[in-house]
This record gives sequence, C-alpha cells and structure tokens, in this order.
Amino acid sequence: MNSNTAIITVKNLVKKFGDFTANDNLNFEVAQGEIFGFLGANGAGKTTAIKILCGLSFPTSGEIKIANFDVYNEREKIKKNIGYMSQKFSLYEDLTIVENIRFYAGIYGMSRKNIKTKTLELITRLGLEDVKNKQIKEIPLGWKQKLAFSVAIFHNPKIVFLDEPTGGVDPVTRRQFWDLIYQAAEQGITVFVTTHYMDEAEYCDRVSIMVDGRIEALDTPQNLKEIYGVENMNDVFIKLARKATRVES
Amino acid sequence: MKRIIVENISKSYKNAQALKNISFEVNDSELFGLIGPDGAGKTSLFRILTTLLLATDGSAEVFGYDVVKDYKKIRNIVGYMPGKFSLYQDLSVEENLNFFATVFGTTIEENYDLVKDIYSHIEPFKHRLAGKLSGGMKQKLALSCALIHRPKVLFLDEPTTGVDAVSRKEFWEMLRGLKQKGITILVSTPYMDEASLCDRVALIQSGKILSIDTPENITNQYSHKLFAIKSNNLYKLSKDLKEFKSTRSVYLFGQYLHYTSNDNNLNTQEIEQFLFQKGHHEIEIKTIKASIEDCFMDLM
Repeated sequence: MNSNTAIITVKNLVKKFGDFTANDNLNFEVAQGEIFGFLGANGAGKTTAIKILCGLSFPTSGEIKIANFDVYNEREKIKKNIGYMSQKFSLYEDLTIVENIRFYAGIYGMSRKNIKTKTLELITRLGLEDVKNKQIKEIPLGWKQKLAFSVAIFHNPKIVFLDEPTGGVDPVTRRQFWDLIYQAAEQGITVFVTTHYMDEAEYCDRVSIMVDGRIEALDTPQNLKEIYGVENMNDVFIKLARKATRVES
Repeated sequence: MKRIIVENISKSYKNAQALKNISFEVNDSELFGLIGPDGAGKTSLFRILTTLLLATDGSAEVFGYDVVKDYKKIRNIVGYMPGKFSLYQDLSVEENLNFFATVFGTTIEENYDLVKDIYSHIEPFKHRLAGKLSGGMKQKLALSCALIHRPKVLFLDEPTTGVDAVSRKEFWEMLRGLKQKGITILVSTPYMDEASLCDRVALIQSGKILSIDTPENITNQYSHKLFAIKSNNLYKLSKDLKEFKSTRSVYLFGQYLHYTSNDNNLNTQEIEQFLFQKGHHEIEIKTIKASIEDCFMDLM
C-alpha cells in the first residue's frame, strides 16, 4: 500500500492493563476510502484497539496516526476528523430526528446555515419527511441504525468507526445499511467496521482477524479464503479463532 | 406431546402492538427456534410464557399449565435465560449458581450431571465475580443457572446475540446435548443461519409469524428461481443488476449476490451477457437452493 494514501497507520501498538496485554504489537495500515473489517472473537482486544484509534484511550506504546494526527498529543484533532457509531450507542432516544442531527452537527462545529441545508438534504434522501419530528424511541430500529450512520458521517469525517452497526436488524435493512457504507466509501470516507456477521466480512476490501490480542491474519477476503483453503469467511474465522487460548478479557 | 401451546396471543403496549395473534406449539424434547430481528416481539412472547407478563389477548400453556392461572407451577419447571445478562454481578460464579439452586430447593451436587458439560468451562473461575466475566463466559454461567433446578422447559432469549462465531457454534452444540437429555427448548435468535440448527422454527417479524415449519420445509417452499452471482466488483454488480430487465430482488450474500427475476425463463447466459456488456469480468453465475435468510426476506 502506498503510504501517502494511508489514513490510519498503526505501528507496534501495545496496550497493557497491569500484566494483561490486551493489544500485543499490532501493525497495520488502512488506505483512504477503504472498507476495513476489524474482526475477532469476544475478548480478542478489538474494543481496546478501537478506543485508542478514536483518541479515547492512550496506548502503552507504539506509533499510531489517525488522519495524520498523533494519538498521544493530537486527540482532539482526531475526534474532529472521525465519526463513530455502535449498536449500543447511537442516537438520543428522547430527542427527535431533527434535534439529534442538529445536536451532533453542533458538537462538530458546523455552521447553522450548513446544518440547515444538509439536514433537509439528509431527511429527503432517507425518506424521513413524515417522521422528522418524531422522537428516536418511536421509530423502528432499522431506520434508527441508518439514521445513526448518516449522523456519524454528517460532518464529513475522514474516517468512520462502526462497532457492530448491524446487530439485531432485519436482513433487508442490514443490506440497505451496507449500501450506505459503500456510498460513503465511494465518497472517500474510510470505513473501519466490526461485525459478528461473517457474510459482512466478505463486503470489506480487507479484513483483519484478531486472536488473543494479536492480528493473526490480514488480507482481502479472497486471499484469506485461498490461504486457508476454505469456501467462506465464516470458515476462515472459525479456523483462526479456534486457536484462541485466552478466556478472559 | 405438546409442551408449549400458544393460542392467538396478542400483546399491546401503549403505543405499539408487539404481538399480533400468534399461535404455535412445541413438542416434547423439541428444539424450537423463534427467528427474527429486534422488535419482532420475541422478548414479549418469552415474558408471557415465563409468566412475567400478561398477554392482552389469547391463551398459552407450558407443560399443561396455564400461564395465568398456574403461574406458580410454571415458575418451578421452567428455566429462563433473559436477553439481558441478569445474574448478580457482585456474586462469584459459584455463588450465583448456588443461589439459583437454593431458590429452587436443590443443590449444585444434585444436578451437577446436567450442567457439567457447560459449567466445566467456567468452573476454573468459580471464585471470580460474575461482573468480571467475558461475554462468552457470562453466557455459559447464565445457561448453567437456568438449568441447575433441572427444568422441563428451557426459554433462551437471544443467547447468542453479540457472541462471536466460534462461541455461537459451541453454544448450539450444548443445546443439542440438552435436547438429548429430554429438555424442551424454545430459543430466539436474530441470526438467520442458526435456524438450520433447530428442529422447527417460526420466522417472526413485527409481531407476526411469517412461517412455521422445519428449516428444510421452509427452504423447500421457496418458489423463485434463485441465482447466486459474483464478479470482480460486488457493489457495481448490485447496482447494475437492479437495472436489469424484470429484476425482482437483488441481495448481498457474502461474496455473492442473490438474484431473482420476474421472468421465469431467464437463464444464466442472458445474465452473463448483460453483465459482460456492463464491463464485469470474473463473472460466475449459478442457480442455488434458498437459505432461511432468502426465505425470510421473501416473506417480509
């Protein structure tokens, strides 16, 4: 990969909690506009790594640059240049759709005028005109997740981090969600995504698989299947994650 | 022998109808799956059957007992693993299991044979606080606690949600083992691929049952000619196929797209020609048998 286009650079990332090594010397780069799948068994150390990449936690050691900003002393700049969404935390339930958009856009320092025009555009694009003044708790989960993603990239970040974004949603919505991810990547937004749905691993440009705090494999889905001599990503995952000896995170 | 009978159950909350006239039956020692996304009504149904919630309409029986009149009897013979981890976080692994055994007037020793296969995975950590366990271990402890009084019927509400593919596989192997021991199991999941591990399933969406049958019969009833298609660019493939004549559906399915047409005579050559003109290469097209997920989307 051309290092000029790398938007995430991770060199020798180590994170320890006491004598427990949650991230054991991670090395990878993610290119601009890439859809990067970050997979691993429960307790493999994914969440710990994502927190560091988002500027929420310090690594113990290593050299990590996010959108060219340093995770040790440019954390506020990192936060301005990324978007984040997870299944567990996305939108405020007791605010309306429009209020949620305004709230997030405001936090990211967008101008009032810009917020106004872009909100209208988003509401139209997602077909939410009739429900735009409804509270989030009143709208179905599928819409909520699509909206949460759109809000996470509303300020046009360089990278969006998605932590199990499609958990629990119905199969049709899950696929519509991936259409949104593809669209974002086409616009040049880098997508860093975790999932437990192994069919979704196939949709990524490249996939890394963590086992016991280390990256055991990193390649395109096609190459991984060839290397491990299996038919699909589920089998790749099972082959690798079976090797895990760590029981606790 | 019917172990669970659900007859015309409806449940309404202030603003929403969670269950709309649901009926089904579960046989003795059957592993029955409720397959559906969040918001389908699965948890409401579990809470009604475990006597924690009253239905708005309809009736239900568990092991011959009525869920309203005989609720005390039902509570003694069922094990329930709720979707949310609900053990005591500040008690140790062993204390939790002991607590549940004592509440039901039994001991760990008495029923150890039943939980052994599951509990042995976490027994090395029996002095650890439940709150300090990883997701997979919490799941095993919760299942052990739901089993320690040797229930006749087991209710498992999304036991594998958020759990990785390896642990999910192990968990289903444990359920097969419990079924062999004669326990009737009702389990819910949002993962469509887990349907094939059940004896019978009900596909459920927005409070309504879309279909009830063995996984095999459900997939056999799929009535369209289904193509699996791939090329060098999946996203472009999806966009192009949506523009193709008489397209009925295009869905991403891992490395393939699943495609159906309104034209029953459409053949692979025609599709290949179209895609070739659109500039695709490494094109692969085959007709395949539908999966549960294909059926679910078709019925939605």
